[in-house]
Amino acid sequence: ASTRTVGSRLYSSEIKKCTIIPGDGIGPEISAAVQKIFAAAKVPIEWESVDVTPVRGPDGKFGIPPAAIESVNRNKVGLKGPLMTPVGKGHRSLNLALRKEFNLYANVRPCRSLEGYKTLYDHVDVVTIRENTEGEYSGIEHEIVDGVVQSIKLITEDASRRVAEFAFQYTKENNRRKVTAVHKANIMRMSDGLFLRCCREMAEKYPDVKFEEKYLDTVCLNMVQDPTQYDVLVMPNLYGDILSDMCAGLVGGLGLTPSGNIGLNGALFESVHGTAPDIAGKDLANPTALLLSAVMMLRYLNLNKHANIIEQACFDTIKEAKYLTGDLGGTAKCSEFTNQICEKIAAAI
Amino acid sequence: MFRLTKSGVSGICKNRLFWKKPSRRESSLSDFEIQQRTEKIIKYTPPPMALYGGRHAVTLIPGGGVGPECLGYVREVFKVIGAPVDFEVVEVGPLVDNVDLSDALTSIRRNCVGIKGHIPTHSDDVSAKLKNVAFRNDLDLYVYVLCFKSYAGVRARQKDVDIVIVRQNLEGEYSMLEHGVDTWMVENLKIHTRTNSLRVARFAFDYARKNKRKRVTTVHKANIMKLVDGLFLSVNKEVAKEYPEIEHDDMIIDNCCMQLVARPQQFDVLLTPNLYGNVVTGVVCGVIGGAGLYSGRNYGEHYAVFEPAIRSGASPIAGKNIANPVAMLNASVDLLFHLGHREYAKRIERAIVKTLVEDKIHTADLGGTATSQDVVRNVIDLCLA
Repeated sequence: ASTRTVGSRLYSSEIKKCTIIPGDGIGPEISAAVQKIFAAAKVPIEWESVDVTPVRGPDGKFGIPPAAIESVNRNKVGLKGPLMTPVGKGHRSLNLALRKEFNLYANVRPCRSLEGYKTLYDHVDVVTIRENTEGEYSGIEHEIVDGVVQSIKLITEDASRRVAEFAFQYTKENNRRKVTAVHKANIMRMSDGLFLRCCREMAEKYPDVKFEEKYLDTVCLNMVQDPTQYDVLVMPNLYGDILSDMCAGLVGGLGLTPSGNIGLNGALFESVHGTAPDIAGKDLANPTALLLSAVMMLRYLNLNKHANIIEQACFDTIKEAKYLTGDLGGTAKCSEFTNQICEKIAAAI
Repeated sequence: MFRLTKSGVSGICKNRLFWKKPSRRESSLSDFEIQQRTEKIIKYTPPPMALYGGRHAVTLIPGGGVGPECLGYVREVFKVIGAPVDFEVVEVGPLVDNVDLSDALTSIRRNCVGIKGHIPTHSDDVSAKLKNVAFRNDLDLYVYVLCFKSYAGVRARQKDVDIVIVRQNLEGEYSMLEHGVDTWMVENLKIHTRTNSLRVARFAFDYARKNKRKRVTTVHKANIMKLVDGLFLSVNKEVAKEYPEIEHDDMIIDNCCMQLVARPQQFDVLLTPNLYGNVVTGVVCGVIGGAGLYSGRNYGEHYAVFEPAIRSGASPIAGKNIANPVAMLNASVDLLFHLGHREYAKRIERAIVKTLVEDKIHTADLGGTATSQDVVRNVIDLCLA
């Protein structure tokens, strides 16, 4: 699926520089796997690897190292492996910091059933588009008095409008039928009401795309019973988080789901699974999620030919089910899986 | 004043003979004749044995959508089996003048127990509080308990699920405190307090202990909302220490949803704040058979209110005899258990299970073709059998 490109046009003979952030845990091995596959497919991309471990800045606060920021700002496209976030204390989530830094306002997660990996749900083809910068994850929290804490959920018209426009644009470009806005405007009347208003305004500008509004609990209930009734979902931050992970669960888990963050002047594609510290370094990881995210990145860069070859090779390998990693129910190693895909690519070129 | 004798109630009321057992000649008359011809002699049909002082008064709030018809079925079933419960019906409409709501609240304060459908709210005013939410806040119904146990034979994606969700019912995202800077920016406050979190956690662990549950899982998002969900989580961990025989762990909400979709059998008791409880309820309901089957219990310090688990009116199917009445019937079973009428409750419960599992009389939402009344009739027949 392609997304709207912003910025300069890309010519296929030019080598594009992309930032790659390997991440923690199994990150380095799956990043290496993806780079190997891209080399086998002769993709005109040069990787620039950076590390985002937070460093103490001059003001004493922890932040992303400036070298990483410069790299992504320069290249405008990046691929990220899994990063670790500690629970309840410590520095703020790095994922959130990256999103804020590069103004990545929409998170796109297409969830499609993979042939060859059977789950309880067939024919799932849902795309969740989630507002990425504000909402419940603004991070504004206070302790009012002892024993009473509050968190502020912020909804602005600008951000809602941006993500609504992106959702409708995406639907139109990828020939999809319907956009569903997911909200809880019966409880959060003003905030989700504002979000809904922006979605409705945008819906009027795209009359050939069907638009509907559903409550969050209704969507959860119906999605779990019959996922084929939903197409593209657009929603604020928290609901998007929950629903996108739930949809990933329908198709087989986070190990198989790609994800892209689109910003005003760039994009960052990532794998959304955890760092899996228990299997790190043992060559057991499944690189599918990062690989499919990288394919999304290729489509964003309009390198559709290479994207199709790599994606097809990956799907075929999973369909054959001869070399599957542990999380898909097989016993193959990460390197064996990668080699299989490289062989298929070599045969296709 | 009234004496219970073998032949019925006899006694004197205002110096007039109240009832008299009819003589043999009189009993050959038809009922109609007895009624019309002889004033003082009434056809002798003894009423069901009413426990002296053992009849409970329960508030019944029909609400909107499918509520009124389902509650009608509940009253029918209760009448047939002779459950010692008298319903006090209080109508609450959707408009936001809270007069009828305060009538309902007064009634519940008097009776301490209620059963209700979904109370809709129609209001154009953005800052108007939802009637359902106001209802829970005023009665201080601080916890919502939902028991999800799979019915075998019902069309569902997962089998053998046995989850209890204990959900905070008052605060969190449902505080409904919002303010806007002009029209282009809105702030919504999510509040968690230590007292409420403590109450709910204690309730959950007490419930687990009483019902011999082994594990309580806290559902939260404390990696992002460090203070708010962090407070909830730390309070739960504190309370867990007082119950060493019950295992306690925690899970982040998105991971929890994913696991519920893939393998819900791993969960036992889920302890959640308000909004996450709503989401998790929806997911579990969907995974084991739908919104029409399960009921929830709101508990406060003094009051208890029972309702169907999914709090929505389902207005499109109202009045068409296709709604699934099992949810409301299960709520009535919970009601009877709460009041202590265990035999009646078990009778209805067994009838419901038999209807769903053996007789397989399923309404449209479960993939069958039966009407609501078919289900209710079967339940009544089984109760009387």
